[in-house]
Amino acid sequence: MELDKIIDPANRVYSRPRLLDERTMHYCPGCSHGVVHKIIAEVIDELGLEEQTIGVAPVGCGVFAYNYIDVDWVEAAHGRAPALATAIKRLMPEKAVFTYQGDGDLSAIGTSEAIHAANRGENIAIIFINNAIYGMTGGQMAPTTLEGQKTATTPYGRRVDLNGYPLAISDLFAKLDGTCYVTRQAVHTQASVRKAKAAIKLAFQNSKANKGCSVIEIVGTCSSGWKMTPEKANKWMEENMFVKYPLGDLKKEC
Amino acid sequence: MNEEVRLMKGNEAIAHAAIRYGCDGYFGYPITPQSEVLETLEAEMPWETTGMVVLQAESEVASINMVYGGAATGKAVMTSSSSPGISLMQEGISYLAASELPALIVNVQRGGPGLGTIHPGQSDYFQSTKGGGHGDYHLIVLAPSSVQEMADFVALGFDLAFKYRTPSLILSDGVIGQMMEKVVLPPFRPRRTEEEIRQQCPWALTGKKGRGRNVVTSLELDSAIMEKNNERFQRTYREIEKNEVRYETHHTDDAEYFIVAFGSMARICLKAVEEARAEGIRVGLIRPITLWPFPYDEILRITEGSKGILVAELNAGQMIEDVRLAVHDQVPTAHFGRMGGIVPNPLEVLEALKTNFVK
Repeated sequence: MELDKIIDPANRVYSRPRLLDERTMHYCPGCSHGVVHKIIAEVIDELGLEEQTIGVAPVGCGVFAYNYIDVDWVEAAHGRAPALATAIKRLMPEKAVFTYQGDGDLSAIGTSEAIHAANRGENIAIIFINNAIYGMTGGQMAPTTLEGQKTATTPYGRRVDLNGYPLAISDLFAKLDGTCYVTRQAVHTQASVRKAKAAIKLAFQNSKANKGCSVIEIVGTCSSGWKMTPEKANKWMEENMFVKYPLGDLKKEC
Repeated sequence: MNEEVRLMKGNEAIAHAAIRYGCDGYFGYPITPQSEVLETLEAEMPWETTGMVVLQAESEVASINMVYGGAATGKAVMTSSSSPGISLMQEGISYLAASELPALIVNVQRGGPGLGTIHPGQSDYFQSTKGGGHGDYHLIVLAPSSVQEMADFVALGFDLAFKYRTPSLILSDGVIGQMMEKVVLPPFRPRRTEEEIRQQCPWALTGKKGRGRNVVTSLELDSAIMEKNNERFQRTYREIEKNEVRYETHHTDDAEYFIVAFGSMARICLKAVEEARAEGIRVGLIRPITLWPFPYDEILRITEGSKGILVAELNAGQMIEDVRLAVHDQVPTAHFGRMGGIVPNPLEVLEALKTNFVK
């Protein structure tokens, strides 16, 4: 039976975003990626940018983002999304261009491309999912992995004497003259989803209006990598991740 | 504007030819001996005239990935570098090939391996013609031997890249990049409009307007589909091999011996051929212009029944493997090579020919 026959469209308060593909996502239950995808799909639709948006997908769990959000996409090599986005935006300045990257992609292998794209003031939106772990490859340590956090490559917990310190890379972005908006958000509650959506919307508006580089960090969960239930992961994130990566605007000049 | 006769370096000719071709974007990083490409483009400021984007990237890794992003939009984009920088680009080049994107890459070779030398070399032949990066792919490889060809191969490289949706490589070297010669620069062509790109490159990321979404990716986890993709790449390569072999011959009609050489080495060898003929030795020169596709059949036909082939290169012996394949080892072959940035004179080549074949 058609959805419209079950629910009177006039009474509908929620539906799948028009630009979110109907196929089943590959993300694990409890993962933050799906929520962020939904927000991006809503934002693009609400801003009327469906025909003017180019996305750049990462390597990592977000690699298949191009399957889920119904705009033009290119799939980058690991860490290089901001380099691709740089060229796309410079060649088509009237478009809205965004990258979608995880913590391994952006803050490990792709640090150089991300920092330099931001520092040049490229008019792109960088959507950065920080869940402190490499999800796609099976839960290894990321630069953002917390001290003491157990991963596949830090089975006894991250030791700063061996592995260095967790990297709060958005703090660096905020110090660069080329960024106009750097914020850290989450998507684990209704209130946080609303705030994250407002942030992502502003980032897309900044790209379209050529106001500089926006970095939206979403502190998220990885239930599978963290080996926790989604509920426990949300609690652990609040108690541990938000201490090292506090939510809020780091820079807002737009 | 019309064509123009100028005196300039090979590297400068690349830059001018790119602007005149209607190139949409250049992304590069300084490295000797090719930095004049980027320097010339920055000095010419084509963004003020044709609208071409020029950007100095933070690394060769970024440059090639900017090319990847730009190519995905259907624009004519390019980069240039020299050997160590081209090594850094191999991952991105593999992605370009796998994503079936047109692009132009210029390698003004220096001697390697490692940081090597800033002086000329041809030791990236294997890297250029046999893949270079990971996976089963080929680039269309054009080897210029003059400043004129540096200019001409920009248009040829782009045209072939768009015709077959695969990257082209101009494999030059420090001699051709740095030397100054007379060059006829082509007339200016307008850059393609967004509408023309939409029509000519329906796969390009132009914004999802009036069609379903376009996705440019090299990823496919279904092995059955991925094998089909590879078969499609290979069909393209067979088509290129059939249509695009280019080479040049000098004094081959009555030749008993042959020299096969490309790029700057071919110029030196042409002089060696003339010296040999002055001594009554009947030598001919074959200069492959496309190193991939390689003129296997043509070399076999031209050298059939001859007394010997000297393959001369600025390396330890790379193209000679393809020449031996071409003649099925039915004609004796020998190699003359200099390394480390040494450029030989024609008499050394003549001496090698005599030592090996003309007893």
